[in-house]
Amino acid sequence: MKKFSHKTIEKNSGLLLVLSLIVVSIGGIIEIAPLFYLENTIEKVKGMRPYSPLELMGANIYKREGCTLCHSQMIRPFRDEVERYGHYSLAAESMYDHPFVWGSKRTGPDLARVGGRYSDEWHREHLKAPRSLVPESIMPGYPFLMEPLKVYDIKAHLKALRIVGVPYSDEQIENAEVDLKSQSDPDSDGAEDVISRYPKALVRNFDGDLSTLSEMDALIAYLQVLGTLVDFSTYDAKANLR
Amino acid sequence: MELYTLMRQFADSWGLLYMMGIFIFVVLYTFRPGSKTYYDHAASIPLEEDPKNDEL
Amino acid sequence: MDPISTLIYGGLAFVAALCSMYAASQAQDTVFYVHMLILTLAFGLAALALVRQCSFQTVTNEPSSSYSDSIIRYGVIATMMWGIVGFSVGLLIALQLAFPSLNLDLPWTNFGRLRPLHTSAVVFAFGGNALIATSFYVAQRTCRVRLALEPLAWFVFWGYQLFIVLAATGYVMGSTQSKEYAEPEWYVDLWLTIVWVAYLLVFLVTLIRRKEPHIYVANWFYLGFIITIAMLHVVNGLAIPVSWFGSESYSAFSGVQSALIQWWYGHNAVGFFLTAGFLGMMYYFVPKQANRPVYSYRLSIIHFWAVIFLYIWAGPHHLHYTALPDWAQTLGMVFSIMLWMPSWGGMINGLMSISGAWDKLRTDPILRMLVAAIAFYGMATFEGPLMSIKAVNGLSHYTDWTIGHVHSGALGWNALISFGALYFLTPRLWGREAMYSSKLINWHFWLAMLGIVIYASSMWVSGITQGLMWREYNDQGFLVYSFAETVIVMHPFYVMRAVGGLMFLLGGFLMAYNIWRTIRDERAYDQPVSQVITVGA
Repeated sequence: MKKFSHKTIEKNSGLLLVLSLIVVSIGGIIEIAPLFYLENTIEKVKGMRPYSPLELMGANIYKREGCTLCHSQMIRPFRDEVERYGHYSLAAESMYDHPFVWGSKRTGPDLARVGGRYSDEWHREHLKAPRSLVPESIMPGYPFLMEPLKVYDIKAHLKALRIVGVPYSDEQIENAEVDLKSQSDPDSDGAEDVISRYPKALVRNFDGDLSTLSEMDALIAYLQVLGTLVDFSTYDAKANLR
Repeated sequence: MELYTLMRQFADSWGLLYMMGIFIFVVLYTFRPGSKTYYDHAASIPLEEDPKNDEL
Repeated sequence: MDPISTLIYGGLAFVAALCSMYAASQAQDTVFYVHMLILTLAFGLAALALVRQCSFQTVTNEPSSSYSDSIIRYGVIATMMWGIVGFSVGLLIALQLAFPSLNLDLPWTNFGRLRPLHTSAVVFAFGGNALIATSFYVAQRTCRVRLALEPLAWFVFWGYQLFIVLAATGYVMGSTQSKEYAEPEWYVDLWLTIVWVAYLLVFLVTLIRRKEPHIYVANWFYLGFIITIAMLHVVNGLAIPVSWFGSESYSAFSGVQSALIQWWYGHNAVGFFLTAGFLGMMYYFVPKQANRPVYSYRLSIIHFWAVIFLYIWAGPHHLHYTALPDWAQTLGMVFSIMLWMPSWGGMINGLMSISGAWDKLRTDPILRMLVAAIAFYGMATFEGPLMSIKAVNGLSHYTDWTIGHVHSGALGWNALISFGALYFLTPRLWGREAMYSSKLINWHFWLAMLGIVIYASSMWVSGITQGLMWREYNDQGFLVYSFAETVIVMHPFYVMRAVGGLMFLLGGFLMAYNIWRTIRDERAYDQPVSQVITVGA
């Protein structure tokens, strides 16, 4: 039998293929695999919950319009960032984001804790015409978000998310469409149920126009809940050192 | 011991040693004496006259 | 192709067209509907073309004993065309950042939708076509064998263009998975997987059928690139569609896992698509244009194993100081710094291949372009490890410094070496003595160089400036600048960047004109390629 040598690899394309594949797999497996079962990866926090249907649709608009290309949602543990944006981000805070929206560039400010910082009206006007409120801004305007939100397949969205691991209950999936419509209409019959199914959910008319459920309603509902869910009064940073 | 800690300790001791070993082996092997003619031929592959159509 | 298999493939394309038409009728949303119509059209055209080609007489365009070059001619034109598209969109979005009213505030013209169009057009359309075309060219020459599985190779070419069209139209309509450089939705990802496996097969079978016993090192890099991209694409793309007839999906991974897998993918898109694949180009075209063998073949072997082994670990440096566990960040940093060594080994190997022929740099603008590309490879692979050091990254991350770094690599290394390869290939593929104008190549070279320098330096300054402004405190311990105040400071740099981009684009137009004139040349087309192949060598 012929002795194995590097020449064997150099002359055998199949072997070269397999060896390259093994080599490139090692790094990926060692780095990625532990994150899936090590409990230290994600902190234990109180308050995180899956998005309500309206917030979820807002998150999808956020991704669709590429907001994540200019706005990060990941506050680093630096003095200036914590002062500017709030408590540094925890892994737990994005555990229901499929995929993550941490971003990699801050052409605009970080939005991880933008929830509650501005009024709905401010967001509405700012999204329609950013420079009307912030003259220095270079953000595009999004007047077209006043279009009606699509509602017919919201159940399918929740079901797909359940398959990838978001713990939506049968009840939440069953009532998805009602919840979606009720969250922007505080006088509706289902308004109370939204809060009971999704604690801390904001139930109000976000876009200032009760006649239609718009994409603006969804996006503002999403922005206003960002960073508000985790209860930091009970968060123990020392117990979660990684 | 936790699996996490175990894996980390393995990775930065024996794992590291193993990878270093492989790397040094590859380097030594490639630069072993006697391989020069072989590699000189390989290096000249692109420069050799392209074969005429009927020789393919 | 024999008539029976032509008919079979034509029939398959027809069935695929029918299936797409059915899917269009069931579509849950506009994007999916439009995409299924595009597929119907594409498969329909393919079926028509195949059936028309079916002839029971034995006529072939090219003698089956020669290299299969007509697919590479297509590749050259596609590379050139997509390059112009990608650079143009890049210029547009650069101007949008300087003058935001250019967004027009319409859904399909806003920065957020055009930016992935730019990145995908330059990386996957321009770079991808350059890689596919050159890999087919290099594999045939260095294996001394005709391209294997030719019908499949044509499927790879057209299938890849279809992928680009689906991705690009999707972005404009707002269809995205929102993962950088992996934006296309689930069914576009599936299509790319099919095309990519076909690409791997064509390349591998060509290698297996080779007449030269040794596999030349350029092919190692190409093979490493193809197989790793397949692995990365499949894992990172795992997703559950909301509906089988809808365009939306949710990634299988969330939060911190999703972040690590995405940057494991993203960094290795750089490492294997933009580095390993293009190193394959370097190891063929540089020796060929300089007419000297590679400086040290042994170094190239070590370069290969070290690059593919080290790159795969470096992804976490995109996630420094985030919620990713510290051990993963440190690992990413250490491997990124180690990458400096093989990268510079490869750079030295490429540059030294010209040693003894340095005088050619004065007279040969193509060689100059290739050498400049290698120099930028060295510069970008020095800056990269530097930026992966956590302390540096704390400043550079989230700023334009990263954008500058990426472009010194993408414009300086990837684009310049691709331009060099296109200038090398065009006369040979179309049987011309040389490019139409060597002066225009020279102009292209200097426009590109100047453009890159302006681009990279303006981003470097703007990035560091903004990073420092964000963290500046006054005597009382308050932050000095609001975010908006740092944005105005960026304006002049954004204008300068657009100027740099414009120059680079102008160079691209010069190249397109030059290539067009070379092809249009009335001189004998049917002159066998083998007779002109030594020109310029």
